[in-house]
Amino acid sequence: MDGPMDGLIFDIAHLLAASLVLLSFVQLYQDRLYALLNTFALHAFVLACSVAWQAFIQDAPHLYITAAIALVFKAIVIPIALHRIIQRLGIHREIETVVGIGLTMLAGIALVALSMVVMLQVTAGADPLAREDLAFALAVILLGLLLMVSRRNAVSQVVGFMSLENGLVLAATGAKGMPLVVEFSVAFSILIAFVVIGIFLFRIRERFDTVDVHALDRHRGERR
Amino acid sequence: MDLIGALLTQGLQMALVLVAAPLLTGFVRKVKARLQRRRGPSILQPYRDLFRLLRKEVVLADNASWLFRVTPYLIFAVTWVAAALVPTFASGLMFSWTADLIAIIALLGSARFFLALAGLDVGTSFGGIGSSREVMIASLAEPAMLLIVFTLALVAGSTQLSTVAEFMASPEVGLRVSVGLAMIALIMVAIAENGRIPVDNPATHLELTMVHEAMVLEYSGRHLAMIELAGSMKLLLYLSLLACLFLPWGLAAADMGLGGHAVGLASYLGKLGGGAIALAVFEMVVAKMRVFRVSEFLSAALMLGLLATLLLFLSRSL
Repeated sequence: MDGPMDGLIFDIAHLLAASLVLLSFVQLYQDRLYALLNTFALHAFVLACSVAWQAFIQDAPHLYITAAIALVFKAIVIPIALHRIIQRLGIHREIETVVGIGLTMLAGIALVALSMVVMLQVTAGADPLAREDLAFALAVILLGLLLMVSRRNAVSQVVGFMSLENGLVLAATGAKGMPLVVEFSVAFSILIAFVVIGIFLFRIRERFDTVDVHALDRHRGERR
Repeated sequence: MDLIGALLTQGLQMALVLVAAPLLTGFVRKVKARLQRRRGPSILQPYRDLFRLLRKEVVLADNASWLFRVTPYLIFAVTWVAAALVPTFASGLMFSWTADLIAIIALLGSARFFLALAGLDVGTSFGGIGSSREVMIASLAEPAMLLIVFTLALVAGSTQLSTVAEFMASPEVGLRVSVGLAMIALIMVAIAENGRIPVDNPATHLELTMVHEAMVLEYSGRHLAMIELAGSMKLLLYLSLLACLFLPWGLAAADMGLGGHAVGLASYLGKLGGGAIALAVFEMVVAKMRVFRVSEFLSAALMLGLLATLLLFLSRSL
């Protein structure tokens, strides 16, 4: 990582990772289901670009496979499948948020600041590229969690889970030397999780006539 | 000789922003009309409107105070000064040491303050609604704007516009996410501040949605002409600000001769035209938001500015 390309290599990696964080915020801002899915597809596409760039600068060809998996499954297959699910369920397309969007985004900023402080402290002395990658990855993970807790609709919670997983992949590629087997198993476990969630969505819908997870709370007899 | 040249360039800049502002407004309206497959009024129509308004007599409410009469001139003067401070075709002008981003925000803020007061002055309900909405928008747009300024100042090491523009034109900038985020945030703030479509519609007098038009509803004659001209200049100011901060190429430096200034002028007019077309297209494709959604829109701009600053700290501390 020496030479005249050094600055540009760092800048592009920084740009791609930061765009992922930004797209996580865009997901928080959306209030329509279809728009949220399209943003998620873009999120996965940027992740694929970021992983491919890491593969290029680390000279690690197996990361290209990870990028391809991210591109095919997360940027194409899962968004299309979710589109279908929304159509089949015929659910109301506006997302109900637990608190206002402005407040959610402020919480998101706090999470980003937190992840930067934590990661920069923990990884002191490591390679700068890996450090900032890890900081961004933690931010994406936390924002995915925030998306899951701030939405009532089960479909948007699935999107939150998937974008959380994008953060995990970003962290894994930033740290050098993750074996390919692990990535394969992660990718497939995500796919299986997606299938299970999909089946659950239909079951929830059959039972309660809604995918608002609030109904589950009421069913359990919890009071809010 | 040098002094005369510098004075002339500065004077040219002041005249340019005054003359070009109605033209810009007319051009945006024309492009929008063409996109709607209407022929639309001539580009020169805003000048005609201004001259017509200047000739008409002023109708004042009985209970209008001196503030109501002074405000249009005050707004006009303050906006003109602010617009003339932004480097348009040349950096390093005579007064560019005063062209501080924070000073420009303060100038625009005081113009808004007086306009909101004037809206309340006569005591009509529409003026009150307009003023309260304007202040609500401002309370969110100004922090976002300040965060953008912080980001740019951290990148360039100065809040002075000429210095920032020269730094942005130099290859040292590299590929920076923070600058991109600041640009998006500045565009959002500019849309809100100028009352363009997703936030406010400049071409309507619908009482439920209007913000800026509600405040100036009581104005007529030359007072209205001053306010309209100031509004046009504000749009020009934000477009010039975007152009000189994020597309600073072609900006003439202080030591360049006539040729450099001519290139600067041509590229500035090109940038303005491009910005106007982009604005018109954007206004055609988006729908007006509910007033209560404006706070979300602006808090997104605030968030972008904050994120840009945070990212800058991150890349600094590595």
